[in-house]
Amino acid sequence: MRFACLPAAIIASLTFLNAAAAFEIEERATYAASNPQTELRIISTADRGVFEPILVAFQQKNPTVSIDYVIASTTELMKAVHEEGEVFDLVISSAMDLQTKLANDGFAQTYRSPATDALPDWAKWRDQVFAFTQEPAVLILSEKAFPTDDYPTSRDALIDLLRDQPDRFRGRVGTYDVRISGFGYMMATQDARVSENFWRLLEVMGRLDARLYCCSGAMLQDIRNGDLAIAYNVLGSYAQAQLADGGGYRIVLMSDFANIMLRTAVISSNAENVTDAQIMVDFLASLESRPDLVAASGLPAIDTDALQSNVALRPIRLGPGLLAFLDRLTRRNFLRNWEASITQE
Amino acid sequence: MTFPPLTRSIRTRLFLQLAAISALLSVALFLVVRGLAETAAEATQDGILSASATSIADALRSEDGEITLDLPYSALSMLGTTNDDRVFYKVEVNGETLTGYDDLPAPTDAPTISRNTFATFDYRGDEVRMVSASRTVSAGGVPSNVLISVAQTRLGLAAISQRISAIATGVGLVFFLVATALSLLAARSALRPLKELTAAVTRRGPADLRPLAIQPPTELEPFVSALNTFIARLRASLLRSEDLIAEAAHRVRTPLATVRAKAEVTHRKLNKPEHRQTMREMIRAIDESSRSAGQLLDHAMVTFRTDSLATESIDMGELVRETVARLEPAADLKDATIRCTIPKQPPHFTGDRILLQSAIQNILDNAIKYSPDDSDIAVTLTAVDTLRLDVSDQGRGFGDTDTNTLKARFSRGANVDDIVGSGLGLTIADEVARAHGGTLAITRNEGAKGACVSLVFPLQ
Repeated sequence: MRFACLPAAIIASLTFLNAAAAFEIEERATYAASNPQTELRIISTADRGVFEPILVAFQQKNPTVSIDYVIASTTELMKAVHEEGEVFDLVISSAMDLQTKLANDGFAQTYRSPATDALPDWAKWRDQVFAFTQEPAVLILSEKAFPTDDYPTSRDALIDLLRDQPDRFRGRVGTYDVRISGFGYMMATQDARVSENFWRLLEVMGRLDARLYCCSGAMLQDIRNGDLAIAYNVLGSYAQAQLADGGGYRIVLMSDFANIMLRTAVISSNAENVTDAQIMVDFLASLESRPDLVAASGLPAIDTDALQSNVALRPIRLGPGLLAFLDRLTRRNFLRNWEASITQE
Repeated sequence: MTFPPLTRSIRTRLFLQLAAISALLSVALFLVVRGLAETAAEATQDGILSASATSIADALRSEDGEITLDLPYSALSMLGTTNDDRVFYKVEVNGETLTGYDDLPAPTDAPTISRNTFATFDYRGDEVRMVSASRTVSAGGVPSNVLISVAQTRLGLAAISQRISAIATGVGLVFFLVATALSLLAARSALRPLKELTAAVTRRGPADLRPLAIQPPTELEPFVSALNTFIARLRASLLRSEDLIAEAAHRVRTPLATVRAKAEVTHRKLNKPEHRQTMREMIRAIDESSRSAGQLLDHAMVTFRTDSLATESIDMGELVRETVARLEPAADLKDATIRCTIPKQPPHFTGDRILLQSAIQNILDNAIKYSPDDSDIAVTLTAVDTLRLDVSDQGRGFGDTDTNTLKARFSRGANVDDIVGSGLGLTIADEVARAHGGTLAITRNEGAKGACVSLVFPLQ
C-alpha cells in the first residue's frame, strides 16, 4: 500500500536536535502528511515499534496532520515538560505518577468529549489525564526452569519456592532496578503499598543475588537465553508481544494481586496544536474499537470487563495518591529500604 | 381616598403584599440554604485537609539525628476521594523546606500544636484552601519545630456550590410559588366576610329596612353597626314621610267630604243645565281627590303594617265576599255585575286581614273603574296548588304597558287617558302580596277584552 504518511523521514540522531534541549531523546520520528496543514508534536515513552501502527492509523483518518514523534525515557520526558517547558502538544507516558504530577502541577489542559466521557472513571483524572491502555505487571517464568505445570502463581508461593530451593535460583532471579526505571519504581511502590509481602520477597531475592534490569526487554532477553529463570514485575503487554518472537517463557498473572499500569495521554498546557492533540486523545480513548491496532501495537485497550472477570487485577488509581511516592524524601527513604533489601548490605 | 387602579382591590393589595413577603422569604431561604450548605462543604474539605495533615504529621520520625518522613499514600489519596482537585503540600523543619512544593506560601496565621490554621489564596493559577499543622519532633535530642501544610484547589467545592445554588434556587422558587398560591387563598378567605356581608345586603328586598342580623368579624363590627344605624335613620325618615303623607291625606279627606256634600246640595238647587254640568264635574274631581287621599292613606298603612305583619287566621272566602259587598254600590253605578266564585270549603289563610282586604279592594276598585258600563267582573277564588284570587274585567286592559312597571308607585297604564287615578292601587296590592310571600300577577284576558289581576299566595 502506497501511503504517504509512512515515515517520510526518521531521524534517530541526537546531534540533529537543537542544542538547547538538555533532556535526552532516545529516538525521533517524523511522519509527514500527504497534504500537510498542521503538525502534531508528541513526546512519548512508547517505542516506535509499538506506537507506529497507531500513528499511521491516526494519520490515515487525519491525512493533513504531520506527526513529530519524540521518544524519551519517563524521567527525561518529565524533565523536558515539567522543568524545561519544552513545547509538545501531547505527552504520552507509561509513568502514571509523573503524568499525574504534570496535571497536578498545572502542565495539562482540560478536555472533555464523548470519547473521554465514555472512559471509566478510573481511567481518567481531572479530564486531563486519559488512560488508553491497561497493562499488567506479570511474573515471567522460563520454560526451561519450569517445564511442568508446577509453578508459583502468588507472591507467597514464590517466596516459599525461593526460600526452599535457593541453589536452584541463585543469580537467576531478575527484577527492575527501581533506581533507574520509573516503571519499576512505580510498580515497586504499588506492591509495597498493597502488601508487606513485597519486602519479604525483595529480601529473598536479595539473598539470591537478584539481577537488576533497566527494562522489560533486557529481562526477557535473559529469560530467553537461559540466564534468568524468574523475572518479577515485567510489563505484561511487552512480554505478550515478545512471546511471538521465540517465546520460551510463561507469563503468569499473580493470583494474589496484579497491578495494572495505565498508559496515559496528557494535552500539554503549552500545546500549540490543541485541536489535533484533542483528536488524538479521542482516537486513543476509543482504542477499544480498533482491535486491529490493539493487535498490531500489542497495547491492550481499556476494558472494564476484563478487570471484572479477574478480581486480582488492580488498576493503579490515578490521583493525588500517586504523588506520595514522587515526594523526594519518601523516594529517598524507599530507595534506601529497597537497596538494603535487595543488596543485603 | 382613592388608590391607583391596580391597588383599588383589597384582595389584590393583600395578595401583592403577601407575595412580596414570600419573595423576600424565598430569597432569605435561598441565601440561608446556600450559606449553610457551602459552609458544610467547606467544613468537609477542611476536615479532609486536616486529616491529611495529621496523617503526614504522624508519619514524621527522626532518623540518624535528622527528621525524615515517608509520605503516607493515604494522606494524599484521601484528598482525591471526593473530587479531582489538585493537591500541594510542604513540610518545613525550623523554616527550611524538608520536602514538598517549595513555593507553597507559609500560613499568615501560624498554627500551634493544638490548633490547625486554614487559609484561602491563589496558587499556581487556582484558588486553594490550605491547612497548616505544627508538630515538635526531637531530632538527635534537639526539638525541632515542624510545619506541615496541605493545600487543595477548590474546583470541586465550586462545583458543589454550583449544584447547591441550583438546588437552593429550586427550593426558593417552589417555596415562593407555594407561598404565593397560599397568599391567594388567604386573601380570598380573609375577604370572605366582606363578600358575605355584601350578599346579605344585596339579598334584601327594597322595603326591607330591618337591621342586619349577621355576626360580622370583629374588624367589620363598626362598619355593620354604622350600617345598621344608617338603616335605622333611613327607616325613621321614611316612616316620618309616610306619616306626613297619611296625615296630609287624612286632613285633606275630611274637608273634601264636607265640600262634596255642599256641592251635592248646590247641584240639586241649580237649574241651568250648564251650571249643573260644571257642578257634576266638580263633584267628580272631588271624588277622585278623596279617593287618592284614601289610597295614600292605605299605602302608608300597608308600609307600616308590613313591617310588623299581623298573623291571624282568615277565612278568605268570607273576606272576599265582604269586600265585594262593600264595592257593590260602586259597581251598580256603572251597571256592572260582580260574579263571585268561591269554593264551598274556603281555605284558611294566616295573614294580615286589613292588608289583604285593602289589596282585594284596590284590585276590585280598579276593575270597576276601568270596566265599561253594563259589563261583568269575575272574581274567582281557587285553592288548588296555590291560593289564588283572580279578578277579571272586560275593560280596556293594559294595552302594551309592561305589567311589571305597573306595580311601581304612581305608575299607570299607557291607555288611561280620561280616567283619573293615583297609580297606587296595584302598588298596594303588590306590596301586600309580597309581604305575605306571594305575588301579584297581571295577565291579559285571552280572546276577550280586559285584564286579569291575580293575587297568588303559597298554600299554608
